[in-house]
Amino acid sequence: MTAVLTKSTAHSIVEASPRAKAVAGGLVILYAVITILPLLWIVATAFKSQSDAIAYPPKVIFEPTLEGYVNLFTVRTRQTPDFIAKLPPPETWYDKLVRQRDMVIAGPSKVVPRFVNSLIIGFGSTFLAVFLGTLAAYAFSRFRIPLADDLLFFILSTRMMPPVAVAIPIYLMYRELNLTDTRLGMILLYTAVNVSLAVWLLKGFIDEIPREYEEAALVDGYTRLQALRKVVLPQAVTGIAATAIFCLIFSWNEYAFAVLLTSGEAQTMPPFIPFIIGEGGQDWPAVAAATTLFVVPIVLFTVLLRKHLLRGITFGAVRK
Amino acid sequence: MAQIRVENLRKSFDQFAAVQGSNFTIDDGAFFAMLGPSGCGKTTTLRMIAGLELPTEGKILLDNEDVTFQRASARDIAFVFQLFALYPHMNVAENIGFPLKCQGMARRDIHQRVQETAKLLRIEHLLSSKTSKLSGGDRQRVALGRAIVRRPKAFLMDEPLGALDSEFRHLMCSELRDLHDRIGATTVYVTHDQLEAMSMADRIAVMNEGRVEQIGFPQEIYDRPASMFVADFIGSPPMNFLRFEAGLRSGDRTISFHDTSIAVPEIREDRASAGMALGVRPEHIRFADAAPVRGEVFGAEYLGTTQIVTVDTAHGRIAARLPSSAPVRIGERVGLEFRSERLALFDVASGLAIRTANEGSADHG
Repeated sequence: MTAVLTKSTAHSIVEASPRAKAVAGGLVILYAVITILPLLWIVATAFKSQSDAIAYPPKVIFEPTLEGYVNLFTVRTRQTPDFIAKLPPPETWYDKLVRQRDMVIAGPSKVVPRFVNSLIIGFGSTFLAVFLGTLAAYAFSRFRIPLADDLLFFILSTRMMPPVAVAIPIYLMYRELNLTDTRLGMILLYTAVNVSLAVWLLKGFIDEIPREYEEAALVDGYTRLQALRKVVLPQAVTGIAATAIFCLIFSWNEYAFAVLLTSGEAQTMPPFIPFIIGEGGQDWPAVAAATTLFVVPIVLFTVLLRKHLLRGITFGAVRK
Repeated sequence: MAQIRVENLRKSFDQFAAVQGSNFTIDDGAFFAMLGPSGCGKTTTLRMIAGLELPTEGKILLDNEDVTFQRASARDIAFVFQLFALYPHMNVAENIGFPLKCQGMARRDIHQRVQETAKLLRIEHLLSSKTSKLSGGDRQRVALGRAIVRRPKAFLMDEPLGALDSEFRHLMCSELRDLHDRIGATTVYVTHDQLEAMSMADRIAVMNEGRVEQIGFPQEIYDRPASMFVADFIGSPPMNFLRFEAGLRSGDRTISFHDTSIAVPEIREDRASAGMALGVRPEHIRFADAAPVRGEVFGAEYLGTTQIVTVDTAHGRIAARLPSSAPVRIGERVGLEFRSERLALFDVASGLAIRTANEGSADHG
C-alpha cells in the first residue's frame, strides 16, 4: 500500500517535468524568432543602401549606411554633376552623403510633423479613452444603473462592425463639422472607438477591487470622487496600464480612417509611410527607417508598463 | 460618543424588502449586537446607519440629530469591515492614520495619534509593516486601529471576526470587549454568531427576514424568547418545541398537553383553542421514569461536561442536555421531565410567545 502511494505521488501536479519545460521553452523561443525576425529585418533594411535592400538573394551582411534615414528626413532634388561640382563644399555629413548620389537637399521632409501628429493623436486619444472609460467603468461597477446590462451591450456593440463600415457617414459628418484633417477630429474618433474597449476591460478590473476599500474611505471622510482617486485608482493601476496599451496600439496603428480623414495638417504616420515609397523610386531603406522610428514609442511604452501589463492581462482570470 | 436611534427604518432593493420597519435605540456607550441568519437585514441596517446605503423610508438619529440622508463622511462614525478593507498600497501606520489624513490633520499630530492607537492595540511593532504580511488577527487589530484613531461618535462593525479562524476569534472577542470597556464608545456589532453576540453585547437585537424579532439583554433573549424564531435561533442545540392544541386561560398553571397535563409558569393571557407549542430548553429536561412524555433514546453526543441526548417521542425528536455522567443507552425507553418554571409557550400561527409568569417577572428588566 505504501509503495503504491509513493509511486502515485512521485510526479507533482504543480511542478512541470523537465521535458515539458524544455518543450515549452522551445516553443516560446520559436515564437519569439518568428515574431522578432521581421522586426529585425526592418531595422537592418533601414541601414542598407537602396541596391542592397532589393538585392537577390537577400543580403544579411552589408555595409551599413545612414542613407535611408537621411532620405526619410529630407527632400532632395537631382542635379547634374557639373552643378554639384560648382557648389561650395558640403557643410554636413548628410549633405555629403546626398551629393555622392548626384542630389542636393532641398529641405526637411514632412516626417517630423507627421510623427508629432501621431504622438499627439495617439496619446491624446488614449488618455481620453482611459479617463472616460475609468469613470464609466467605475459607475457601471459600483452604482445601480437602470438598464446597465443593455447599456454595456450597446457600448460593446460599437466594436462589432468593421470601422470602415461607418467611414463614409463619419467622413460626411466630419466635413460638416470642419473636423476633417484636424488633430482634434482624429483624437475624438479614436477615443470613440477605444472607449468601448476601455469600459469593458476596466469594468472587469474594478469589479475585482472589493468595494469595502472605498466604503472604508467614505466612512473615514472622503467624498466619492476622492475615494475613487486615492483608493480605487491606485489599485486599478494594473488594469489601467493594460487598457492604455491596448488603446494606444489601436490608435497608433490605425490606417483606414487616417487615410480617409487626414491628408495634410493632421496626417499620422501610417498613411504617411506608404508615401515615402513613391518619392524617387522604391526607397525601401527610407520606409524601413520610418517604420523603425514608428515602432519605437510603442515598444518603449510597453516596456515601461510591462510590469503592470503581465499582471493586468491575467488579472481577473481567476475569481478568488 | 453618541446615542443612536433608528425609527421605522425600511430598505427595499427592487422588489425585495431587506429591512422592514426597524425601531430601536442604542444607548450612549452601549455594546449593541445585531444578530440573525444571513439575509436577515442586519448588515443593511448597519450600512444605513453608516451612510453607505440610503433608506427607502424612516429616520436615523445620531445624538438626536437627523443624519438619515447625510453623507457617510459627515456622520463621524467608524466602520470595521469583515474583510478588514486595509488599503493594500499603504503600510500599517498609513492605514491607521488615513482617516486623520482625510480630515487634513497635521502630519506630526497624525504620527502621535497613530502611536497612541497602536499602543492601545499593542501593535506598535507592526507600524511599518506591509498589510499583506500580517496575520488575520493583526489585520483585524489594524482595522480596529483605523476605526478608533479618529475617536468617532460610534463604531459600526460588520462581522469583524468572521474571517478569522476560531482560535483567534475567541481571543479577539475578549480583546474587543476589553477595548470597548476602555474607550466606552457606542458600538454596533453585526454577527450571525450567537456566541459572539452573547459574550460581548450589552443588548442584542435578533433579526429575521428584515424584522427585529426581539431586543433585550443576552440572558433575556435566551431565557424569554419573544418568538419561536428567536427560541430556535438562540441556543445550541436550539429550544425544543412540542406542539399541542388547546385553549389557555389567564391564571392557569398547567396546560392540557395531549392527554396529560404539564405544569408551566402562570399564564397571563386568555387564548382560544389553537395550535400551540411548548418550548423547552435542552438543559431543562431530566430523565424521570414517571414522566408523562416518553420516548426512545436515539443517540447521544458527548461534549465533555455534558452530553446532548436525542430522544424520539410522539411529539418529535427532542434534545436534552444531561450531565455526561448520566447513564444513557441507545434504544432505551425513557420519561422526560421538564423544569416547569422555565418553560415557554408559543402561538404556532403567529410564532409569538404567550405571556407567562416566566416572562412577566422581568418584563422591563
